Amino acid sequence: MDYLGLFNYWVFIVLMMCGFYMLLSARNLVKKVIGLNLFQTSVFVFYISTGKVDGGAVPIATDGVDVYSNPLPHVLILTAIVVGVASTALGLALILRIKDEYGSIEEDEVDLQDALS
Amino acid sequence: MIAEHAIILAVVLPLLAAPLCILLGRGFLSWIAASASVWTSFGLALHLLNRVLHEGTIRYALGGWEAPVGIEYRLDAAGALVMTVVTAIASIVLPYSYTSVRREIDEHKHHWFYACLLLCFSGLLGITVAGDAFNIFVFLEISSLSTYVLVSMGRDRRALTAAFKYLIIGTVGATFYLLGVGFMYQMTGTLNIEDLSQRLLAMSGDGVTPVYETTTIRAALSFLTVGISLKVALFPLHVWLPNVYAYAPSVVSAFLSATATKVAILIFLRVFYTIDGKAIPFEALPLAQTLVPFAVAGAVVASFIAVYQRDVKRLLAYSSIAQVGYMICGIGLATAAGLESGLLHLFNHALMKGTLFLAIGCVVYRVGQTRLELLRGVGREMPFTAASIVIGGASLIGVPLTAGFVSKWALLTAVLAEGRWVIAVLVIVSSLIAVVYVAQILHVMLIRKRPVGSERLREAPLWMVVPTFLLALSNLWYGVVDGRAADAARAAAAALIEEVAR
Amino acid sequence: MLVALIAPFVGAILAVLFGRWPNVREGLSLVSGGITFLAVTQVAMALHAGEQIALTVLEPVAGLRLAFDVEPLGMLFALVASLLWPVTTLYAMGYMREHHEKNQTRFFCFFAISISVVMALAFSANLATLFVCYEALTLATFPLVTHANDRSAWRAGRVYLGILMGTSIGLLLLGCVAVYGIAGTTDFTTGGVLTGPLSDGKVSKATLGVVLGLFVFGTGKAAVMPMHRWLPNAMVAPTPVSALLHAVAVVKAGVFTILKVVIYIFGIDLVRDLDAHTVLAYVAGFTVVAASVIAMGKDNLKERLAYSTIGQLSYIVLGALVATQGSVEGAGMHIATHAAGKITLFFGAGAILVAAHKKNVSELDGIGKRMPITMACFLVGSLSIIGLPPAGGMWSKLLLVEGTAASGDWLLVGTFLVSSLLNIVYLLSIPMRAFLRPERADIDHHGHGEAPLSCRIAMVTTATLTFLLFVRPDLVYYLVQSLGQGASS
Repeated sequence: MDYLGLFNYWVFIVLMMCGFYMLLSARNLVKKVIGLNLFQTSVFVFYISTGKVDGGAVPIATDGVDVYSNPLPHVLILTAIVVGVASTALGLALILRIKDEYGSIEEDEVDLQDALS
Repeated sequence: MIAEHAIILAVVLPLLAAPLCILLGRGFLSWIAASASVWTSFGLALHLLNRVLHEGTIRYALGGWEAPVGIEYRLDAAGALVMTVVTAIASIVLPYSYTSVRREIDEHKHHWFYACLLLCFSGLLGITVAGDAFNIFVFLEISSLSTYVLVSMGRDRRALTAAFKYLIIGTVGATFYLLGVGFMYQMTGTLNIEDLSQRLLAMSGDGVTPVYETTTIRAALSFLTVGISLKVALFPLHVWLPNVYAYAPSVVSAFLSATATKVAILIFLRVFYTIDGKAIPFEALPLAQTLVPFAVAGAVVASFIAVYQRDVKRLLAYSSIAQVGYMICGIGLATAAGLESGLLHLFNHALMKGTLFLAIGCVVYRVGQTRLELLRGVGREMPFTAASIVIGGASLIGVPLTAGFVSKWALLTAVLAEGRWVIAVLVIVSSLIAVVYVAQILHVMLIRKRPVGSERLREAPLWMVVPTFLLALSNLWYGVVDGRAADAARAAAAALIEEVAR
Repeated sequence: MLVALIAPFVGAILAVLFGRWPNVREGLSLVSGGITFLAVTQVAMALHAGEQIALTVLEPVAGLRLAFDVEPLGMLFALVASLLWPVTTLYAMGYMREHHEKNQTRFFCFFAISISVVMALAFSANLATLFVCYEALTLATFPLVTHANDRSAWRAGRVYLGILMGTSIGLLLLGCVAVYGIAGTTDFTTGGVLTGPLSDGKVSKATLGVVLGLFVFGTGKAAVMPMHRWLPNAMVAPTPVSALLHAVAVVKAGVFTILKVVIYIFGIDLVRDLDAHTVLAYVAGFTVVAASVIAMGKDNLKERLAYSTIGQLSYIVLGALVATQGSVEGAGMHIATHAAGKITLFFGAGAILVAAHKKNVSELDGIGKRMPITMACFLVGSLSIIGLPPAGGMWSKLLLVEGTAASGDWLLVGTFLVSSLLNIVYLLSIPMRAFLRPERADIDHHGHGEAPLSCRIAMVTTATLTFLLFVRPDLVYYLVQSLGQGASS
């Protein structure tokens, strides 16, 4: 089988796993959010790449073109990107508040303070 | 005219009211706006439920574009039932919230609070009516994002960390869901859930295997299952839930526990029954064999953990995880009776957990905290709150004459009809453990004496006690008098199963 | 029938409303008691006339139909409970005042609610309704058990609730659902509903045996060992509660449940067919003897009576499980005769407590001279429990022994006889002490006399009832006669 022929999947899987690993293992909250962002973005990449049709043109009606790429995934992902930005922003805002309250953005220290209180 | 657009109005009104709240900028005014829109939605939901039960599934093409090109809103009996639950709980929670929020949240954040509450509400309603898989994702994120904000408004600083962890896990869940939908779209080229269910049955490219048996669809289903399980807080993916419920403001705990997981369960139903039809996930994947054991294990283990909690809200949170186990167990059985019991328990659990969290909110209003040992004798001085906790607790255990008993009976009969004795026994074990933890709360609050020298408490304000007590009475009402909830659940189950047969 | 169900409930509400005026409150309790009894007799007349009396309230989910239907056994139970309720109310009026109990309004209120639930339980048309009422009864009687509101009362309350709720949710509910799962209905049907599925091969005998076990042990109120501990604990309640609820209503609700299940769910023949019935019968037999032995060792009068009750309850369970026509009839009849006898004994114990402030048997020497009426009634009650003439207990015991003998299990027959002998020892010794021995000089007697008038009236009434059951057993036998129908021996 031609594994490399599906290279867009490889990209998305590698990105996804990088993000997932980051958000699971990073102890710094900002790094966690970045990991989360990467994780989401990988799925966006996947969506966008599925919209590509071999030999398809940009999906704007033009004379003499029969095959268009599928625009729908792109539209969907526009929405998803908005959602992603919102959750990243919210996560960062929360981190600010946590920093105010705990004086730290290291998960271990925050947990320690919670355990002590 | 209005009746025609009721389905969209119910969702859009709160969505519009949310920015209005921010513009109004004052706690009281935005409370009025929020109440007005929520009650309107409740009225519309009742109207819609009635119509769905009599006329069958309602369809609504957004902007006049017919499906599959346009976005379709579609309300079946299950959706209407959940919609009614969500709106009903919200309309009870809102009058309560005014007093409670003034005590628990800073004055200058009140209008933000109501705005977020409305956004969350609107998102949850959106899920119940959404007719395509991607819209469900969008509404899910609307409700989730506003939930994170609501949770972080809790007074304890641990609310912040709880909200942050919830954000991480919730987003992962939603992204899994998105990925699953992406795979489905890739294979079928549609997002409309009815189209999906038909195209999945078609033959795939090689002309031998149907689409639903391809690896892609299996992967999609796996991602969907895990993603939604995270949102439902199905054991063992429940870790975010206890802290969220424990540190969120009382109103939010009550609202979330009674609605958010319920709506997530509706997504479960959408994916496994509406989109795929029962046959696909239950044949292509060993879903019944995986879901039911996790659900039952959750029911037992989470109940067991609840016994050892020293914080009332955490205790109730673990109990919620256990109760979710019951619902998923009913749904996972994949029979009409099982589905009915799951849906019925969904309704009844909203009643009982809503009651309990609201009552605890009343206690918080007077005492200021939720550690069990500091609540000694509180019930003796707050009789109506105590009565609500007794009724809610009895319902949670499944004592006859309460709503909880009806759904437990339904679940047990459904389980035994399948001849699954072990599950029946485990469900009963779990409810016996429930006896223990409920007894613990009651023992501390009613039997133990107040610490010497503590000042005498008064009953919580009228605006809080009345909604709490009404909700408590509804537990008895639906346990003894009124069978309509069960009828609706039966109709919903029948409709879902019928779609499978199609 | 609706009147019978609602009258006590209305009484409860009235009791709360008029709580400030004790005379009005208790008068109303008495009146609602009278109305209930009249309504129940009306129902009995209607049943006699062959009318079908049924009432469906609600069916929220399949199999969970709340419905009421009248049949002879339930009729008997309802008659007994409704007749003894006003009598006990009368007694309670004197007792509670003399004893200066607190929260009397709450007491009368929950008392009335309990009776209302008992009525509903007696008329249940199916297992689901029965189970609902059974649980409601536990909850309604809980405030009565913890009436004293002190540490020991709450401890007892915890055991009470723990065992009764634990067994019913853990075992009884499973049993009910299992029956529904197997038979597709939980309606009480003459001849049982499980025979069909068995002959269809849907279930095995072993499974049915397990289900029967679930019922026998799950019905904690029937106090079959090892589920009996709540009953002695519940004796911390005021004596009228012990008398009516823990000698009549609650415990009888337990054995009533088992009888109902044996007769109308399993069917007598089917029970006799199961291997499990022998095992369970032996457990009941063991309870009979063991409880009697423990009772002998108890000096506290109420505890002794409690263990005696445990033993007597197992007579009924045993009668049900032996499952011959005679034994089932005897079991049904024993519900009535034991109720009348045991309530008399409890009234006596309460009267002694009120008048003489004595709780222990060893202090009762010579008390017969001060309280002749009380002790005379006590004597009649004892005779009834032992099964000697001139008291009604004789007939039911006779039927039970005959029925057991018909099954050919002589060991169980022996159990009855041994237990009767033990009964003589621990019960008859009390009036003997009271009348024959001289008063003890080492304890203070406060110069007491007889119990309050209302207590004496109540006691004499129940003692007379016991005697009446001896002279006219046909009043009760008429009802239980039909129970054994359908049995082949």
